[in-house]
Amino acid sequence: MNIGKQLKEGLLTQNPVLVQLLGMCSTLAITTTVSNGLGMGLSVTIILTLSNIFISLLRKIIPEQVRIACYIVVIAGFVTMVDLLLQAFFPDIAESLGVFIPLIVVNCIILARAESFASKSKPLAAAVDGLCQGLGYTLVLLVMSAIRELLGSGSLAGTRVFPVEYAANMLAMPVGGFLTLGCLIALMQWAQRKVKGGK
Amino acid sequence: MDYKSLNLIGSSSPHIRTRDGAGHIMGEVLIAMVLPLAFAVYNFGPRALSVTAVSLAGCCGFEWLYRALLKKSNTLGDLSAAVTGVLIAFVCPVTIPYWILLIGDFFAIVVVKQLFGGVGKNFLNPALAARAFMLSWAGEMTTWVGPRANVPAWGAFDAATYPTPMSLLHEGDLTGLQQMYDLPKMFVGLIGGSLGEVSALLLILGGLFLLWRKVITWYIPVGFIGTVALLTFLFSRGNDPVQWMLYNLLGGGLMLGAFFMATDYVTSPVSHLGQAIYGVGCGLITVFIRYFGSYNEGVCYAILVMNLTVWIIDKSIKPRRFGVAKSRKAPAPKASPEKKKEAVK
Repeated sequence: MNIGKQLKEGLLTQNPVLVQLLGMCSTLAITTTVSNGLGMGLSVTIILTLSNIFISLLRKIIPEQVRIACYIVVIAGFVTMVDLLLQAFFPDIAESLGVFIPLIVVNCIILARAESFASKSKPLAAAVDGLCQGLGYTLVLLVMSAIRELLGSGSLAGTRVFPVEYAANMLAMPVGGFLTLGCLIALMQWAQRKVKGGK
Repeated sequence: MDYKSLNLIGSSSPHIRTRDGAGHIMGEVLIAMVLPLAFAVYNFGPRALSVTAVSLAGCCGFEWLYRALLKKSNTLGDLSAAVTGVLIAFVCPVTIPYWILLIGDFFAIVVVKQLFGGVGKNFLNPALAARAFMLSWAGEMTTWVGPRANVPAWGAFDAATYPTPMSLLHEGDLTGLQQMYDLPKMFVGLIGGSLGEVSALLLILGGLFLLWRKVITWYIPVGFIGTVALLTFLFSRGNDPVQWMLYNLLGGGLMLGAFFMATDYVTSPVSHLGQAIYGVGCGLITVFIRYFGSYNEGVCYAILVMNLTVWIIDKSIKPRRFGVAKSRKAPAPKASPEKKKEAVK
């Protein structure tokens, strides 16, 4: 197990959103404000880590034929917990994230890590993997929501940076999500090519 | 002899000498836009000229800056950035603040064009994509002044919102439209609207110039305008189908879009049949948005949507290669067991 390598993969070289192109739906939908992005990213990180640990623990009991259904039962359990906790302690974030918290159940990052990593690894390794991939997801959400909130509504994490009349509200709309994500993916590809070319 | 030191251009046959390069063609497009621009200055005042100049300079500046920063070849010479700059100015109201214009220039050149590889690689018309993006500032983008407004290039101007033909058309108010603008005014362009779209007469002249110079073919403009004419005639509102059709043809950005925007080489199909289909599609979506949409004008979005279909049009209409049989029949299917039995019987 190599924590540094897993962290680098999760944040950059195997970033779940920018390289594996997973979990795009929630990424596009909720990155309108930094608080949304942070709330969603941390929720997914917590659920991903816990479900990875549990699926890794259960990997010898779960029958091969119904494994996806079993993963979803485990994930849904944790999603329900996080959903209720958010509603209890951060009602504002729970309200603005709305349906996207329950939808984490079918978030393909979590299913992909369960299928490709947690079901084949020991619990500790699976936990580190879940944490690293979750942090990679959170990082992308933070960058995207910062760009979209700053340029799209003229504020950053709720504090006003410039008057709203000057903001390009196209970026706060769905089209802005696609634009920002496209630019970030292009940037990632370009950076990876640069790094490879340098070697 | 070391031929590599010679400044030769490698290209495939046929080797015909021609002056038609991207720069030459775009130069002719710019010439065709001079008259509409002159009319815009006459109709809206000096600000029309300064808006166009700022937009042109902005597009060329962003193109040069991007290419220079990324150490790529300088492509200002093909004039496509200049054409984009003028077109962006043409689709904005004359009162547009300069900073919004520059953001639009940046979006068109850097995001829509250069990020996809520069001239010839963009999949959307840069000027129209910029306009769609600039609608972020919907208030500024839909503040219209009336004809002969004489807006100064700099300084405050009392920009009262003035009904354009398109807002009246959108309400289906034909009689109001007839009282406000008669048809000769609509044709000459003494109406309110975006900077370069008002004068149908001069835009048609510019389009005919491009047709004469063989810069564009007639398939797209005729398909586009013909479809709008047919649909608005068949499904007219108000009491006079012919008048309704003419107001629909002369109002808004139809002429500008059909002759100058939909015919953009990069974002329109290659084959003539494909171009006709593309033109008809643009017309259909334009009428659809004008009739049922919440926006007054649909030309911009119609062309953008059809831009997205160009790849599939080009793919489905492949010309027959010379010397190849018209259609080769599919290889005969292997005889199925049943048929074999029948044959035995």
